[in-house]
Amino acid sequence: MNAKEAPPKTSASTRNACKLCAPLGASVVYKGIKNCLPVIHGAQGCATYIRRYLISHYKEPVDIASTNFSEATTIFGGSRNLNAAINNIISQYHPDVIGIASACLSETIGEDIPKMIREYQATAKGRHLPFFIHASTPSYDGTHMDGFHEAVLSTVKTLAGEEHPDSEHINIFPGFVSPEDIRHLKEILADFGLNYVLFPDYSDSLDNPNWNEYQIIPEGGTTVEEIKRTGTAKASVEFGFILNKGKSNRASVTAAEWLEQKFSIPLFRLGLPIGIRESDHFFTVLEKLSQQKTSEKQFRLRGRLIDAYVDGHKYLMGKRAIVYGEEDFVIGLVSFLEEIGIDTVLAASGGESGLLRKELERVAGDRAKNMIMMNGMDFETINEMAEELHPDLMIGNSKGYYIARRLGIPLIRTGFPIHDRIGGQRLLHLCYEGTLRLFDQITNALIEYKQEHSPVGYKYI
Amino acid sequence: MGSVLIEREKQIYRAGKDNHILACSKPSLAGSVSQRACVFCGSRVVLYPIADALHLIHGPIGCAAYTWDIRGSLSSGPELHRLSFSTDLHEKEVVFGGEKKLYAALSELIDKYKPEAAFVYSTCIVGVIGDDVEAVCKKVSHEKMLPVIPVQAPGFNGSKKDGYKIACESLAQLVGTSDRELPPLSINILGDFNLAGELWILLDYYRQMGIHVNATITGDGRVADVRNAHKASLNVVQCSGSMMHLARIMNEKYGIPFMKVSYFGIEDMSDALYEVAGFFKSEELMDKARVIVRHEFARLMPILKTYREKLEGKRAAIYVGGSFKAISLIKALRLIGIKTVIVGSQTGTSEEYDLIRELCDDETIIVDDSNPVELSQFVKETKADVFIGGVKERPIAYKLGIGFCDHNHERKEALAGFEGMVNFAKEIYATAMSPVWQFTGKTI
Repeated sequence: MNAKEAPPKTSASTRNACKLCAPLGASVVYKGIKNCLPVIHGAQGCATYIRRYLISHYKEPVDIASTNFSEATTIFGGSRNLNAAINNIISQYHPDVIGIASACLSETIGEDIPKMIREYQATAKGRHLPFFIHASTPSYDGTHMDGFHEAVLSTVKTLAGEEHPDSEHINIFPGFVSPEDIRHLKEILADFGLNYVLFPDYSDSLDNPNWNEYQIIPEGGTTVEEIKRTGTAKASVEFGFILNKGKSNRASVTAAEWLEQKFSIPLFRLGLPIGIRESDHFFTVLEKLSQQKTSEKQFRLRGRLIDAYVDGHKYLMGKRAIVYGEEDFVIGLVSFLEEIGIDTVLAASGGESGLLRKELERVAGDRAKNMIMMNGMDFETINEMAEELHPDLMIGNSKGYYIARRLGIPLIRTGFPIHDRIGGQRLLHLCYEGTLRLFDQITNALIEYKQEHSPVGYKYI
Repeated sequence: MGSVLIEREKQIYRAGKDNHILACSKPSLAGSVSQRACVFCGSRVVLYPIADALHLIHGPIGCAAYTWDIRGSLSSGPELHRLSFSTDLHEKEVVFGGEKKLYAALSELIDKYKPEAAFVYSTCIVGVIGDDVEAVCKKVSHEKMLPVIPVQAPGFNGSKKDGYKIACESLAQLVGTSDRELPPLSINILGDFNLAGELWILLDYYRQMGIHVNATITGDGRVADVRNAHKASLNVVQCSGSMMHLARIMNEKYGIPFMKVSYFGIEDMSDALYEVAGFFKSEELMDKARVIVRHEFARLMPILKTYREKLEGKRAAIYVGGSFKAISLIKALRLIGIKTVIVGSQTGTSEEYDLIRELCDDETIIVDDSNPVELSQFVKETKADVFIGGVKERPIAYKLGIGFCDHNHERKEALAGFEGMVNFAKEIYATAMSPVWQFTGKTI
C-alpha cells in the first residue's frame, strides 16, 4: 500500500463510529455553565443515551431533561412539550440557565425553537425566568464536536455584552478537554495573575468531590455574569484549528471568532497545548497578555519534560502509532508524537471537516509524508487497515481497545470516552505537566510490552 | 413534597400511608429526567444478542454510536452483534431521502459479513423523511436470499415498552420459517439475554434434567433456532416485560403454551425448574429438579448464612427496568437479611406493582418511571444502604454515599441461577460493607 493512499471507506455504511452526535457535545457545554440544566428537544432516548454515555465516562450524575416527543408532537409540533418541560425543570431544579439542544427529529420537522422561547418568555409576565440558550444540533450535521462548539458560540452570542467594560480580563475557550485539563489551565492562568473567563468550565460539575449533601445540579461551572463579560475582554485564546468546521454550513464561526467580529476582541488561535512546541506557544501568549514571566514552577516542569524526553527517546524513535479521535485532539497528539520520534502511521477521525490532512501536514512536517490521514473514519476501517500498518501502539479513547487487543499492542487511553477504566475525567493531557504524564505513559507502555515479550524478564531497562 | 412534580404524584406510592392505585404505563413527563430510553432502545436491546444477524440502524449516527456493544450479552460463536452498523444519515439524505443509502449499506454489509438475517431499525426521522424501509428490506431480502426484517422503532412512537413489542413482532416474522424436527421435552427460553454468561448456567440445569433447549431468545441467539422456535413444546419466559408479547403470538399462532419464571434468587430459580418439570407431567423430571435444588441448597445455604450475618438489618433501594425482576430481587435480598425500602421500575405493570405492594412492609416507597431528583430524595428519606440499579443510578448512589450493585445489562457478574445468588450476595456484601463509606458524607 502506498503509505499516503488510504483504502476507500466502505461506501454507504458506518461501522463502529469514531464520532458521536451533536447534542452530546452541546450537553457537555451546558454542564459547564453554573446552575444550568440541559434539555434535548426530541424523543426521550436522546437524553437518556447521552446521559448514560457521559455518566460512564465522568462517573458523575449527569441530568439532562427531554421534551419527550410523542407521535402527536411529531405531527403537530413541540411547543407544548417544550413549555411543559421548561415548567417542570423550573419547579424541580430551579436553574439559572436552561440550555436547549435540538435533535434530528425536531430539526427535521422544522421546529423554530428561538420563537418558542420568545413566546414562553412573553407569557411569563414578570415571573423571574432562567436564561435560555439554544443551540441547533441536528445529529445529521457534523459530529459531537460541531455540537460542542455550536453550543459555546450560542451561549456567548446569547449572553455576551458590553456592560461593565474593564478590559482587564481574557477569555479562554479550551474546547472539549478533560475536567483535570481545565483545572490545570486555571492554575496556570492564576499563576500568571490573569483575570480570565474560562468557558465552558465543567471541571467541577463533571468531576465533583464526594458530597455531604446531594446536589441536584452539581456545583461548578462558568457563571452567567462571567459569560456576559466575554464581550469586554482584552483578548480571547481559543484552542483548536478545526472546531465546528464539520458542519455543512462552513460559514459557521466559533465563539472567539464571533467576539472578534462583533466586539473587536483580538483572537489568539492556538493548537491544543500538547507537547513542548504547542505548550510554548500558549505560554508565550500568556506572557504577552499578562506582561508576566512564566512561573518558576512551570519553567522547571518544562525542564523536567525535556529531561524525560531525553531519558525515554531510545524507546520511542521510529515506533509506529495509530492515533484516532476528535480532529483537534488528533492534531495535538500527532504534533507531540512528532517531537519524540514516534511515527504516526494512521491519523484518523470521525470528524467531517475534510481539513485534517491539511492541518496535520502543517504540524507534522516531514513525518506527514508517511502518514495516512483520514476524516470520516470509523473503527472497523481502522481495524481492517491496522495489520498492514504494523503499529506498535494505539493512542485514543477506550473504544479502540478491541483493535489493540486483537493486535496485541498497547492502547494509551486518552481523551473521551474512557468507558472501560475509572479516572477518565482525571486524565491530564495539556501543557508541560500533561505532556509529561502522557510521555511517561507511552514510554512505559512500550517498555512493558518489550519486557512482557522478553524471555528474560529483565529488572533494569 | 417539593421534589416531586404534581403530575407524577400518582406514580409514587408509600406503603402504609397512601391509598391510591399506583399509576403506570404512562408516557414520561416532558422535562422530568426519566431514566427510560425510547422505543428504538426497547427494540434494540431485545434483538441485540442475536449473534449471527446483521443489525443495521437506519438514521443519523447517534442511535448507533450509543448502542455499540451496549449489553454484556455473550455469544458462544459468532459475534456480529457486537459491531455497530449505521447508515449515518446526513443532511443530504434528510432532504432527498435515505432509501438509496439504506439499500447500498444493506447490500454491502450482507455481502461482507454474510449474516443469517438482517434487522433494519428505523429511528426517529426515517418515517418523517418518507423512506419506505419495508420496500428496501423486501428488495434486498429477495436479492440476497435471506430474511431482512424492518424494525419500525422511531424513538417518539411510544415508550421503551412499545419497543419490546415491536422487537417481538420482528422475531415473530422469523419464527416458523424452518421445520427442523426437535426431540421431545423441548423448550424455548425467552427473555434471558446471556448477560455475563447467565444463560449457560441455566442451560446446565436444564441439561441435567434432560430437557432439550431449542431456541434461546435472544441470549446467545441464532437465527436458525429462532426460525425453528415453533417446534418447541413450551416457551419459558423470563423478563416478562420484554418477551410476553412473543410468547402470546406463538401461543395464538402455533398453540405453544408459555409460563412466566424468574431465575433470580434461590426461591424463584427452584420454582422455575419445578414448574417446567410440572408442565411435562413427569415424575422423573421432577425428581431430577429436586436433586439439583437439594444439592444447590446444601451448597449455598452455609455461604448465604455468613453473608446474612453480616448484612442483617441493611436497607436496599431497587430501581430497575421492569417490575418483574424487582419481585425476585426483594425475595433474594430478604434471604440475605436485607429489607427493601424503595422499589421502582421504568416500565412496570399494575399487576406486578400490586404484587410488590403485597411483598413489602409499611414505609416502603414504590415508584414508577422515577427520576434522579426523586430517587435521591427517596434514598435520603428511607436511609437505604445499598442501591440496585443500572449505570444511570450508580453515580446517584455513590454521591449519596451508599453502596451499589449493577443489575442492568452491562453487568459483568452472573446474577441468575443458584450460582448467581452467591455472586449477588457477594456483590452486595462487597459494596455495602466496604470501609470506604466511613469517609463519605462527613466533614473532617
